[in-house]
Amino acid sequence: MSESHDRLVLELNGVEHAYRRTVALRGVGLEVGPEEVVAVTGPSGCGKSTLLHIAAGILRPQAGAVRLLGEDLDALGEAARTRLRRERVGIVLQFGQLVPDLSLLDNVALPLLLAGEERAKARGDAAVWLERAGLDAPLGPSPAELSGGQAQRVAVARALVTEPALLLADEPTGSMDTKGGEHLLDLLLGAARERGAAVVLVTHDNVVAARADREVRLRDGAVEAEAVLR
Amino acid sequence: MALPELVLSLLRRGPAHGYDVKRDHDGWFPDGRPLAYGQVYATLSRLERQGLVTVQETRSGGGPQRTVYALTEPGEQRVEAWLAEPADVASSSADEIVRKTVAALRSGGDPGPFLGRQRAAHLRRMRELTEGAADDDLVARLARDHLVAHLDADLRWLDLAVDRLADTYPTQEAGP
Repeated sequence: MSESHDRLVLELNGVEHAYRRTVALRGVGLEVGPEEVVAVTGPSGCGKSTLLHIAAGILRPQAGAVRLLGEDLDALGEAARTRLRRERVGIVLQFGQLVPDLSLLDNVALPLLLAGEERAKARGDAAVWLERAGLDAPLGPSPAELSGGQAQRVAVARALVTEPALLLADEPTGSMDTKGGEHLLDLLLGAARERGAAVVLVTHDNVVAARADREVRLRDGAVEAEAVLR
Repeated sequence: MALPELVLSLLRRGPAHGYDVKRDHDGWFPDGRPLAYGQVYATLSRLERQGLVTVQETRSGGGPQRTVYALTEPGEQRVEAWLAEPADVASSSADEIVRKTVAALRSGGDPGPFLGRQRAAHLRRMRELTEGAADDDLVARLARDHLVAHLDADLRWLDLAVDRLADTYPTQEAGP
């Protein structure tokens, strides 16, 4: 493998996936370099979210290869794959996906606790990120009391708390108004830039896509076009 | 408005005289302002001097004299380059994007590559506008927001155009 490939944060090659008879991805390739922000766009049902789930190692493709931070996901066992995802990848899914029975602070601290971090330290780091996300941790509401936009901010804090090398976000501003979405992206992209993390943003929103360095546009499960925006 | 290029694209379908050019133009853009004959003849004369069209024949069957113009090879190259090139996002109106798409489709071309390039050009401009926005005062920010909203509206139209073309020509990349 070439040196440039060694440096890629994420590399998908010939990835195919289908749900029963519905083909979601047909031979998709994607490369994301260090500190690069890539927007994956396309009409509803084009395979954007499937691509993100495969990149995260949540979903295994039926064909093709995925290399995450230099590791071939297919060659890793389940435990190693989970560890890699937990420690090096931050994921923001649609609608936040918070754990309803945990406080906001513990929701954000969760990835650190799962990675074996000591409780006080994990909660301290979580409080810092919650504050950056504009939420008051100790007195804050429970996840069920949050608006869609607030839940997304907590999800972003949770994705950032491990200081990942790669951030994957699926429609991160989906349930937010223009200004709320802007603040969330400022937080997410600002933190990524500070830490030198790469970002993959799945979005149908052109204003969000325009924050990326490069756009990869999907149609019917295949890459339709790529454009450098920087 | 890029009238010379539009006239060239109207001649792509075959030689025509000024009257045909005007009539076809008004048919392509029924919601736009009709072309004045004077504009058409002045444009055709200029294009002829530039070697982009040539006089194929001059008819005078009892009525007024009619000159039939045909596209030359350099004229065809000019119109192809115009149809492929994205409109200047900073200065052009959305109108030009629609005109290019209509001209490509009506003259038998494929607007797909143009629509893709225009989308990228719009996103790049939007990125430039968004990048410096944090340092703006309120007034500058509002002006910037307005530009971004207009670009977003154009982008939605571009996306819709690509979707509709894909529905209409599903076996090709885009276009007839």
